Formats: sequence, structure tokens, C-alpha cells
Amino acid sequence: MTTLIRPLALAALFVAVSAFAASELGADERYNAVTDPLTLKECGACHMAFQPQMLPAKSWHLVMDGLSDHFGEDASLPEEPAAKIRAYLTANAADASWWGGRFMRGLDETKGPLRITETPHWIREHSHEVPASAWADPKVKSKANCVACHPRAQQGMYDDD
Amino acid sequence: MTRLTFFKPLSRLAVAACVTIVALSAVPAAAGPAQDQILAGLKGEAQAAPGWTGAFSAERGRALLLASPATGKPDTPSCTTCHTDSPLKAGQTRTGKAIAPMALSVTPDRYTDPEKVEKWFGRNCNSVLGRPCTALEKGDFLTFMMGQ
Ligand code: HEC
Ligand code: HEC
Ligand code: HEC
Repeated sequence: MTTLIRPLALAALFVAVSAFAASELGADERYNAVTDPLTLKECGACHMAFQPQMLPAKSWHLVMDGLSDHFGEDASLPEEPAAKIRAYLTANAADASWWGGRFMRGLDETKGPLRITETPHWIREHSHEVPASAWADPKVKSKANCVACHPRAQQGMYDDD
Repeated sequence: MTRLTFFKPLSRLAVAACVTIVALSAVPAAAGPAQDQILAGLKGEAQAAPGWTGAFSAERGRALLLASPATGKPDTPSCTTCHTDSPLKAGQTRTGKAIAPMALSVTPDRYTDPEKVEKWFGRNCNSVLGRPCTALEKGDFLTFMMGQ
């Protein structure tokens, strides 16, 4: 009896551990593409729809509270779609899972930065490896134009350039 | 001989297809029922407001596109900030995302969804003019773009 159960239990444990390791790795190396069609449509009209894992929930609340003056533009939405998008963004935020993600490192989530480009992790990743001339390229136009330098940003791939 | 009879109908068909394509592309893009309905709705509203002159004006629509009223948000002084000064050219958002040309002849699926049209007039007029556009301004703008 035990001779049969042992390998089974071991196999189950192995599967569980590797699944955990894979999800941990996934959280670190790759960001999930935005899958909510409403968020893709409404938050992808002026720039790519940013991955919710790159800001804590507090930040997404601040962004959704301020859409009528959104970084110098009116991006307001009717109440119903706005509520649905808020729910999607906060449910998938950087601090929505207990292990957090790279974007939580060094971040004070009670402050809630309004920009991904103001998080300590983003600043660290872009401080030494990106030459100043890259930001001046007219094709880039804005730090928030992730796809200009990360062609697969919308799929959550940022390590391919 | 057999080859010829086989190919004749086919080549006729090809010629007919080519003629149709040429004929279709020669016809200027006209507003369809969806666009007409949006314009009709705006007309109803504009007629009821002061300043109605009997028709929408493409010329006033062009002037709205090109104006720099300096009453809105500083980063968006004009519709041309994002849509360029030509309805036939692709524009760009401030984050570098492409915007399809506004002319109906170039982007035929424009102005078909009343909610989309209202949403963007709402946002963009507020950003550029610092106030909502009137039904007259919206109708003028669309009349200009649909005629381009
Ligand atoms: C009307 C156009 C427009 C729409 C619609 C829009 N945004 Fe933005 N967004 C902007 C602009 C402009 C900026 C500032 C870009 C810059 O600084 O260069 C911006 C910046 C951002 C930033 C900060 C980027 C950074 O620097 O890290 C976030 C986060 C953001 N938007 C989230 C959203 C969300 C969420 C939605 C959907 C509810 C949305 N946006 C819809 C225009 C828009
Ligand atoms: C001017 C070009 C440029 C822009 C714009 C840009 N990045 Fe980057 N980014 C880079 C470079 C270069 C690196 C470092 C090289 C690498 O790791 O691929 C990098 C690295 C990163 C990394 C770490 C990659 C890894 O291996 O884990 C992330 C995440 C990232 N960027 C996200 C973003 C996001 C989100 C935006 C938009 C808000 C953005 N970037 C805008 C150039 C850019
Ligand atoms: C900050 C950039 C920006 C400015 C300034 C701007 N627009 Fe737009 N506009 C957009 C974007 C982005 C869209 C949506 C993308 C699309 O339809 O291709 C849009 C869409 C529209 C639409 C809806 C088109 C459709 O297919 O239904 C109308 C109408 C419109 N704009 C009118 C205006 C008018 C009028 C002005 C000036 C008062 C203006 N816009 C200024 C960025 C801008």
C-alpha cells in the first residue's frame, strides 16, 4: 500500500512545487497581457493598455478618480464602464497577490504613484541601460510609449530588445 | 481550342471584376445610413438652438479643426495637435499612438458609432476648447470630414 502511495504523493508534491515555481517566475519575468476587452478598448485608445501588475491598487484608484484631467487630457468615461475597468485593474494590481511583483520593490503603496514611469523599479530598469538619445528620438515621443522600444509590450514581453 | 473556350468565360469575369473595382474606387466615399443618422440627430439639436443658419457648413468645420482657441488644456491647444491639419493624413496621440485619418474617404468606418462619436467630442472639445462643443460645431465638423 505505502509503496504505491509514496511515489504518488511525491509526484503530486513535485507538480505543486513546479507549478508554484512557474507562477513565481511568470510574475517576475513576464507580465500578463491585458485580457479584459473593455480595458483594452478604453485604456488602449491613446496609448497601449498598461498591465495592471505595474502599479498597486491605490494608484489605479487615483488614475480612475482623475480621468477628466488625465495627464493634461480629458479621458473621462461613463460611470458603468469606469467601474468595471477599476475592478479589473485593482483585482490584478501589483499588490493584489501576496508575493507582489518586481514593481512593488521599493514602492510605498500607500502613496500610489500615478505613473509606472515613476515607480522605483521602472526607474532602475531604465536608468543605465537606456541612452539619453533614445528618449529624444521623435518616434518615442513619451516615456509612456512602451511599444516604441518594446515591440511586444502588449503581450507583456519587455526583455526582448 | 478547348483551352480557349475554357478560358474565355474566366477572362471575361476577370475583365468585369477589374472594371467594377475601377468604377467603385472612382466613386467618392459617401456617408452611409449610420453616418446620416448621426448627422440627422445633430441637426435636430442644432435647429432648436440659436445661431442655426439652415445647414451645417463644411467651411466652419474646417475652421474648427484648424483653430487654436487657447481656452482648453495647455498640452492640447488645437484639434490639429493630434489629428494634423489635414483630414487625409494619419495623426498621433501625445504618447505616439497612430490615429487613422479623419476623412471618411480614407477611413470609411468613421462616424458610424454614435456613442464613440459623442465620447470623443466630449473629451476632445473639453481638452481643446475647455467646454463641450455645440451640436452646430459637431455637425459642421462631421460635414467637413464626411465630404473629404
Ligand atoms: C484621451 C487619451 C487617453 C485615454 C483614453 C487614456 N489615457 Fe492614460 N494617458 C494619456 C496621456 C496623454 C498620458 C501621459 C503620457 C505622457 O506623459 O507622455 C497618459 C498616461 C497614463 C499613465 C501613466 C503612464 C506613465 O508615465 O507611466 C497611466 C497609468 C494611464 N495613462 C492609465 C490609463 C488608464 C487606466 C486608462 C483607461 C481608463 C487610460 N489611461 C486612458 C492619455 C489617455
Ligand atoms: C526609449 C526606449 C524605452 C521606452 C520608451 C520604454 N523602455 Fe522599458 N526598457 C528599455 C530598455 C533599453 C530596457 C533594458 C534592456 C532590457 O532589459 O531589455 C528596458 C527594460 C524594461 C523592463 C525590464 C525588462 C526585464 O528584463 O525584466 C521593463 C519591465 C520595462 N522596460 C517596462 C517598460 C514600460 C512599462 C514602458 C512604458 C511605460 C517602457 N518600458 C518604456 C527601453 C525603453
Ligand atoms: C489629444 C489628442 C486629440 C486631440 C487634441 C483631439 N482629438 Fe479627436 N480623437 C483623438 C483620439 C485618440 C481619437 C480616437 C481614435 C480614433 O478614432 O481613431 C479621436 C477621435 C475623435 C472623433 C471620433 C471619430 C470616430 O471615428 O467616431 C471625433 C469626432 C474627434 N476626435 C473630434 C475632435 C475634435 C473636433 C477635436 C478638436 C476640438 C479633436 N478631436 C482633438 C485624439 C485627439
